[in-house]
Amino acid sequence: MIEAMQNLFWILIFPGFVFTVALGLVASWIVRKVSALVQWRVGPPLFQPFYDIMKLMGKEILIPQDAQRTVFLAAPLVGLAGVLLLSTILGVAAFWPEETFVGDIIVAIYLMVLPSLALILGSSASASPHATIGTSREMKLVMGYELPLVLAFIVVIIKTGGQLNLAEIAGYTPALSISGMLAFLAALLCVQAKLGFVPFDIAESETEVASGIIIEYSGALLAAWKLMHAMMLVALPLFLVMVFLGGFGTAGWPLVWGIGKYVLVLVLLILIKNTNPRVRIDQAMKFFWVYCGIALAAAVVLASIGNYYGISWL
Amino acid sequence: MPATAKREPRQTGHEFMSWKIWSLKKSVWVFHVNTGACNNCDIEIVNLLTPKFDIERFGMKLVGSPRHADALLVTGVVTAQAAPRLREVYRQTPKPCVVFAMGACACDTGVFYNGYHVVGPVDKIIREIDPNAIIAYVPGCPPKPEAMISGVVKALSVL
Repeated sequence: MIEAMQNLFWILIFPGFVFTVALGLVASWIVRKVSALVQWRVGPPLFQPFYDIMKLMGKEILIPQDAQRTVFLAAPLVGLAGVLLLSTILGVAAFWPEETFVGDIIVAIYLMVLPSLALILGSSASASPHATIGTSREMKLVMGYELPLVLAFIVVIIKTGGQLNLAEIAGYTPALSISGMLAFLAALLCVQAKLGFVPFDIAESETEVASGIIIEYSGALLAAWKLMHAMMLVALPLFLVMVFLGGFGTAGWPLVWGIGKYVLVLVLLILIKNTNPRVRIDQAMKFFWVYCGIALAAAVVLASIGNYYGISWL
Repeated sequence: MPATAKREPRQTGHEFMSWKIWSLKKSVWVFHVNTGACNNCDIEIVNLLTPKFDIERFGMKLVGSPRHADALLVTGVVTAQAAPRLREVYRQTPKPCVVFAMGACACDTGVFYNGYHVVGPVDKIIREIDPNAIIAYVPGCPPKPEAMISGVVKALSVL
């Protein structure tokens, strides 16, 4: 009973829903504000993402006539549930390291695919030609970035001597070596694509296919997608910090330093977003499979050599 | 109970509506519809996003789909070709929404009055399918960005 209550608390309140949504809305404000500052504008007020969600909750929900209703309505909830579980697992691994289980990094990798799958499901159920183009692009993009992302995590697992536990991995700092740095940079770009940020916002490109995958969503369903995106803004940089940059402390200066690392990763993502034009889907595939793939294969070899001969900087 | 007793009219859903309208005023997402404008008004609308005016300060932003929009910025006389499209876009916009007729043409067809290709000003076309539509007018040829911001603020303050 106590354990069930504790799990419920984790999922609904602290590392889960309430905390992640609050932090995610602040993070999406940071995204808009920093973008505005880069473009020499003033930018929105702090509570703007909150107002947006509240307004969308109060609007009418339109469902296209030809849409597959069940899938169309369920897809945002599936995506939201996936991100919720991901952020709960990460939060528990960060703040209650003794409560984690072996192999949770693999569970986290699977849960990270769920939002993209939900987007693909929802947009292909909406029976709109623009959404169809967006769906096909999103599918290709998922196939593109999953390979380098998994390779980057394999580099980390080799560097840490075969650890499969997030709390254990967070004790190491793989980014302080050549192979780890390569893996971190590649994973950063994969996260950029996962978040749908500008060089890889091909599926959602507003000027080409009129916001593609989410074009038919309105009202509370659109709010669910926006919430999902806000929560991903918390979960994915947190994951990078835990895996590559040595994780969080639970109190005092290590905690402040951990938050600093999170903000650093977030600002890096925003700056990449604001200084690059959108690429085509074939360019994105080529980038992920050829360039990131070769760099990461080299990183895996380097990490193995370093691990075998005990050279920690390799 | 005397037969003359009057019932107070019940204010159903008034409190419920108020937070919707309050948050709508804080974050207006705008969809831009060109129904045969000469492009002058469109240039001035895009001007609103530049660092000088920056309407994102007020939470407004341009969106790519009418389903995400709260306000339609309509520019241009409504031509015979554009009228069905305008009706369709208005039907696709989730309610509550506001329609802004931007520029002299959209307000009352301007210099194209009685033209062979003109089927009416924006409000006439919108009122055909929704007589209770909320329509605001910003005249000018083209209206200055300041005029547009002031028109939007005035329209939202009476909402």
